[in-house]
Amino acid sequence: MTALGNIAPAAPEVFMAIAGMALLMIGVFQKGDATKLVGWLAVGVLVVAGFLVLMAAPETVTAFNGQFISDRFAIFAKVLVLGASALSLVLAMVWLAQEDMKRYEFSVLVVFATLGMMMMVSANNLMALYLGLELQSLALYVMAAFKRDSVRSTEAGLKYFVLGSVASGLLLYGASLIYGFSGSTSFPVLAEVLSHGTPTGVIVGLVFVMAGLAFKVSAVPFHMWTPDVYEGAPTPVTAFFAVAPKIAALALFVRVMMGPFADLVDQWQQVIVLIAILSMLVGAFGAILQSNIKRLMAYSSIGHMGFALMGLAAASPNGVRGLLIYLAIYIFMNIGTFAIILSMRQKGRAVEGVADLAGLSRTMPGMATALTIFMFSMAGIPPLAGFFAKFYVFMAAIEAGFFTMAVIGVLSSAVGAYYYLRIVKVMWFDEPVDTFDRPAMTNQVVLWGSAAMMFVLFIWAAPLIAGAQMAALSLFPG
Amino acid sequence: MIIQGLAFYLFAIIAVASAVMVITARNPVHSVLWLILTFFNASGLFLLLGAEFLAMILIVVYVGAVAVLFLFVVMMLDLNTVTLREGMTEYLPIGLTVGLVLFAELAVLFGGWVFSGTVEVSRASPTPALSEMTNTEALGALVYTDYVYLFQASGLVLLVAMIGTILLTHRVRPGVRKQKIADQLARGRTVELKKVQNRGGI
Repeated sequence: MTALGNIAPAAPEVFMAIAGMALLMIGVFQKGDATKLVGWLAVGVLVVAGFLVLMAAPETVTAFNGQFISDRFAIFAKVLVLGASALSLVLAMVWLAQEDMKRYEFSVLVVFATLGMMMMVSANNLMALYLGLELQSLALYVMAAFKRDSVRSTEAGLKYFVLGSVASGLLLYGASLIYGFSGSTSFPVLAEVLSHGTPTGVIVGLVFVMAGLAFKVSAVPFHMWTPDVYEGAPTPVTAFFAVAPKIAALALFVRVMMGPFADLVDQWQQVIVLIAILSMLVGAFGAILQSNIKRLMAYSSIGHMGFALMGLAAASPNGVRGLLIYLAIYIFMNIGTFAIILSMRQKGRAVEGVADLAGLSRTMPGMATALTIFMFSMAGIPPLAGFFAKFYVFMAAIEAGFFTMAVIGVLSSAVGAYYYLRIVKVMWFDEPVDTFDRPAMTNQVVLWGSAAMMFVLFIWAAPLIAGAQMAALSLFPG
Repeated sequence: MIIQGLAFYLFAIIAVASAVMVITARNPVHSVLWLILTFFNASGLFLLLGAEFLAMILIVVYVGAVAVLFLFVVMMLDLNTVTLREGMTEYLPIGLTVGLVLFAELAVLFGGWVFSGTVEVSRASPTPALSEMTNTEALGALVYTDYVYLFQASGLVLLVAMIGTILLTHRVRPGVRKQKIADQLARGRTVELKKVQNRGGI
C-alpha cells in the first residue's frame, strides 16, 4: 500500500475494472442466456461508478505517481461519460434481444470502453493518455463488428480498426517526439519545461498528437471513417459511438491543450480554429444529401464536434465552459434521437431511411413530436436546450475575437437547420407509407426523459452552467 | 575471462551460421527450426552481457510464441521454396544495399555512443550494477511501484483484446466432434477392432 501511495482518487476506475471482470465471470458461468442479467448489472455498475465519482473530493489530486489526476473537470466529464454510456446501454438491451445478438460480452465491452474513457479524462501523462485511449478504442472496434455475420458490420469494424490504428500511430509518433525534445511524458513537467521555451520538435509532435485526437473526435479532415462506421455498426453501437467516446475524446483534447501545452496556445489555436471551421462546414453540407438517418447523424455529429471545438479554440475559461455545456446537452439530443431511430421497426425489421419516417405525425404523433423537439434543438432553435449549447460557444468565440469563425458557425448552423427541418417536414407533411411497431418501454422512457431535458436545461440551466464553470476553472490555475 | 570469450564465440558463430541456414534451407519448416536456434543463441549472447531479463523474454516471446506462430503459418500455407527463390538474383543487389545501409547506420550509432563525450550524462536512468540488483529485480521495482497504473492498464487492454478475439471468432458449429473422455471411458466392452483398408478410410 505504501509503495502505491494513495489510490483513493482513482476509486471509481478501480471499481469499474473489478466490476467489469466480475461481470465477465458472471456471463461466462451463468447457465443459459446471461445477456439481460449482465446488461442490467452493467447499467448498475455505471450508475454506482457515477455516484463514486460524485462523492470524490472536488479538489485537484493526483494518484499513481502523478499519472492520474482527479479534478472538477475530470469529475464533470466522467459524470457525462458514465451517464451517456448507461443511457445507450439501456437503449441497446431491447435491440440485442430483437436482433438476435444476445451476447453478454456487449455490456462487458461497454463497461471496459467506459473505463478507458474515464482513464482518458483523468490522464496526467502521455503514457496514461495512450493506454486509456487504446482501452477505449479496442473495445469500440470490437463493438462496431459486433454483428459479425453482417458484411456491413464487419466492414465497419475493420475500417474503424485500420484507420484507428493509423490515428494511434500518429498520436504515438507525436508523443515520442514530444518526449524526445522535452524529456518528459508527465503533463505538469511538460508544462514547466515548455514555459521556458519551445523546441521546434515539440511543435511537430504536438501537431501529430492533435491529428490523432482529432481522429478520435471525428473532426475534419480526419472524419472520413465516421459515416461508414456509423452506418455499418449495429444501431445501438452507433448510439453509443455518437455520445460517450466523443465526450471523452473532447475532454481529453481540452486537457492536453490546456494543461501541458497551455504556453503553446499560439501554435495550436490556429489548428483548432481551422478544424472547427472545416468540421462545421462538412457537417452542414455533407448531411444534406443523406437518405440514411444513421449517416445523417454521423455528419450531424461531425458538425456538432466543430461547434464544440469552437469553445476549445477560444482557449479561455468561458470557452471550456461552453464546450462542457455543449457536450452535456449534446448527450440528451443524441440519445433521444437514437431512441427514436432504434424504435424505427416495421413488422419486426429495423429500417433506417429518412423516407421511412414519412407521415409519422399521423401514425405515431407522440414520437413525431419528440423527434421534432430533438431536431429543433439540434438546429439550435429556442426555446430548446440546443440553443444554449450553441449560444455559449459562440459567445466564447466572439469574446476571444474569432469573428470569422463565429460567422461561419452561424451560417453553417443555418445550413444544418435545413436538413434537420427536412426530417420534420417528412414526418408532418408526407403521406404515411407504413406504420412502425410499438416502441419498447425502456426506449420510450429514455426518449421522453431526453425530450423533457431539452426544456428543463433551457429553463433551469443554472446548475449545469455553474458546474461547467467550476469544472472549466479547475483547468486554469491562479 | 577466457571461458567468457569462448562462450561468446560459440554463441556468435552458431547464431550467424544458423541465420545463414534460415535463408538457405530448402524446406521452410527447417528454416523456422534454424530460426529458433538463432533465437536461442542470441539469448545466450544477452546472458553474457548480463541482460538476463532480455534473454528470458527472447526465449519466452520469440521462441515460445513468434516462432511457433511462424511454424503454423509455414505449415498451413504450403510454401514452395523453389518458386520463392526464382527472383533471388534479381533482388540480391537491393537486399545487399538495404543491408549495407543498416550496417552503416549501426556503425554511426555505435560510433556516436563510443566517441561522444556526453554519453554518461545522457544516460538518464543508468542500470544498477549487477552485483547490487539483477535486471529483473530493477524492472520489477519500477513496474510494480511507479508504473503500476500503466502496468494494470496494459493488462486491461490485453483483456479487452482477448474478449474481442473470442467474441468475433468463436462460434458454436454443429457437427464438431469434441473429445469426451467420460464417454470414451464408459464404452466398456463395446470396444471392437476393425480392419481398415489402407487409404480407404472407414
